[in-house]
Amino acid sequence: MAGVSQDNQGLRLITRYVVLTLIAIIFVFPLIFMVMSSLKPDLQLLRDTSSIRAFLPVGDISLSNYTAAFNRAPVATFIFNSVLVTGITVLLSLLFCSLAAFSFVFLNWKGRNLLLSIVLATLIIPFETIAIPLLLLVSQLPWIGLDGLQTGWLNTYRVQIIPWIADGLTIFLFVQFFKDLPRDLIEASRVEGASWIQIYCRVVMPLAGPVVATAAILKFLVMYNQYLWPLIVVQQETYRPVMVGLGYYFQLNPAWGEIMAYLTVITVPVLAFYLVLQRAFIASIASTGVKG
Amino acid sequence: MASKLTTSNRAGWAFALPGFGLLTLFIVVPFFFAFFLSLTNQRLISPNPTEFVGLDNYRNLLSISVLTIEPARDDTGAVMRDEDGNPEYPRVRSFTRNNPDYPQYAGMREWFRWHSGDDAKVVVATDVVFWKSLRNTLMFVLVVAPVQGGLALVLALLINQKLRGINIYRAIYFMPVVVSIVVVSLLWRFIYAEDGLLNSILSAFSFGMFEGPDWLGNEDTALGAIKAMSIWQAVGFHMVIWLSGLQTISPTLYEASSVEGASKWQTFRYVTWPGLRNTAVLVLIVITMQAFALFAQIDVMTNGGPLDSTTTVVFQAVERGYGKQDISGGSAISVILFLLVLSISLIQRYLTRER
Repeated sequence: MAGVSQDNQGLRLITRYVVLTLIAIIFVFPLIFMVMSSLKPDLQLLRDTSSIRAFLPVGDISLSNYTAAFNRAPVATFIFNSVLVTGITVLLSLLFCSLAAFSFVFLNWKGRNLLLSIVLATLIIPFETIAIPLLLLVSQLPWIGLDGLQTGWLNTYRVQIIPWIADGLTIFLFVQFFKDLPRDLIEASRVEGASWIQIYCRVVMPLAGPVVATAAILKFLVMYNQYLWPLIVVQQETYRPVMVGLGYYFQLNPAWGEIMAYLTVITVPVLAFYLVLQRAFIASIASTGVKG
Repeated sequence: MASKLTTSNRAGWAFALPGFGLLTLFIVVPFFFAFFLSLTNQRLISPNPTEFVGLDNYRNLLSISVLTIEPARDDTGAVMRDEDGNPEYPRVRSFTRNNPDYPQYAGMREWFRWHSGDDAKVVVATDVVFWKSLRNTLMFVLVVAPVQGGLALVLALLINQKLRGINIYRAIYFMPVVVSIVVVSLLWRFIYAEDGLLNSILSAFSFGMFEGPDWLGNEDTALGAIKAMSIWQAVGFHMVIWLSGLQTISPTLYEASSVEGASKWQTFRYVTWPGLRNTAVLVLIVITMQAFALFAQIDVMTNGGPLDSTTTVVFQAVERGYGKQDISGGSAISVILFLLVLSISLIQRYLTRER
């Protein structure tokens, strides 16, 4: 009898793994297909879709699609733009949002409850509903640049960065984290004569590692994957980020292999980043779910 | 006494103002601006000054009516029929164009019709495309929210078991979430093509019996194809939220139910599911809000076609406000979208209220 139940358990275990693996295949097959196709000439790519070869690096494998993609469009510029915009926005967002949250949680001042409720209320405004008035607004905003006063922010880096620095979710995440820090720590530092900026820099932020990682990952995903906003505010190739560049690139009617190369070039770094930090990525999403 | 230490209006404002100021300028102001613009005739570039037009934009978007058309009759009063024996009807145009007898239908176009007896009931609207986009968006939400939420829960339960290497599966199921929806959309264009990967796979599994359609080029399948892809891309996101909900359920409850000899289904029904109540509401709300914002997939995969079968509310808002430079019309659509989303989050408030 013992043997039978052990066999049963073994069988069950195998079934579980088979089910899990079959589901896993559903999630990875398009991505494997993308990478493999990017290495193949178009004729072979189309022929291979009808067999398992679509998922294998077989046949006439080369990087020629990549060179072709880079020759057809300024892909390197697009990547530079995205990295620049994403990097600066994430850094400024962490700074501005943590400062605001610090003030909301640790300082007593008139109006903070009202302002905090306004911040939380913005969480239910979908960006899509303000995109058009925001477009009109940024097209009229002034800016002092190297060549004096200008009007209009369209076709710049600043229009891709500045409106995205402050957001309700990032402030909210910092507020939630700061609330759990011991307030005695702050008051003790005050008693010892530390200024607020010192407390922010030397006491609070060094403890904020987990929430900084969470906020940075969420902001990174949002910014790197931006589409609608840059699509409407950036017409010049020089300032175009990767996702919008991809849309225009597709309209040039390149071969599928080249498109796959473009897709791979902009996706694989993010996937690699994710695989290294996957625990942090998953934790960041999980922490958006603990509100309320 | 202690609170005195932390009272400082100047420092408080100085720390909060940079972030709050940006938030106000780029979220709060445009939000109210949208309401204002929707009441004007503002265009992106226009020689004419902006005028206040009241609710005209909303009237143009939302005017809808049902027109009853009697079949055409010959001199004897008998219904005229075509070769197939179906009654013939006068053209809808004859009611909606320059017909002084029916001023209420002026400028409207047919959306769809049905028959009651010999009469045809024709639904006419000033802006048929907007109504289609509203219907498509609601259909998208109604399918994607429960299916994605349900599948995400199943996945969360699957990976919440103690197995060696379970973290690898968790990481894989989550993977599409970090890939841009634009990338995913282009990739799936190839998968959905008539001679693409999906049809190749279907044909291989049916030994050549099944010839798949051009999924995105077909009115009947395009929106469904986009739904399926969207569910695939984001289901891992919601799986993680379910998982964090599952982990808040006390293990002693599971121990108790196993001592009581509860079956797996009973454990789920009486322990797991009640413990997930707030998570369930959250997941549904988040999915619903994301589904209402459907845009990138449409822009990349179909451009609203074929025959407006995949156009959505956000796609229409962008198409008008930006594409056609009709800022006020686009803003009115945005306001309608916001009211839809607001009502969803009020429902959330109601469902998760303290009892």
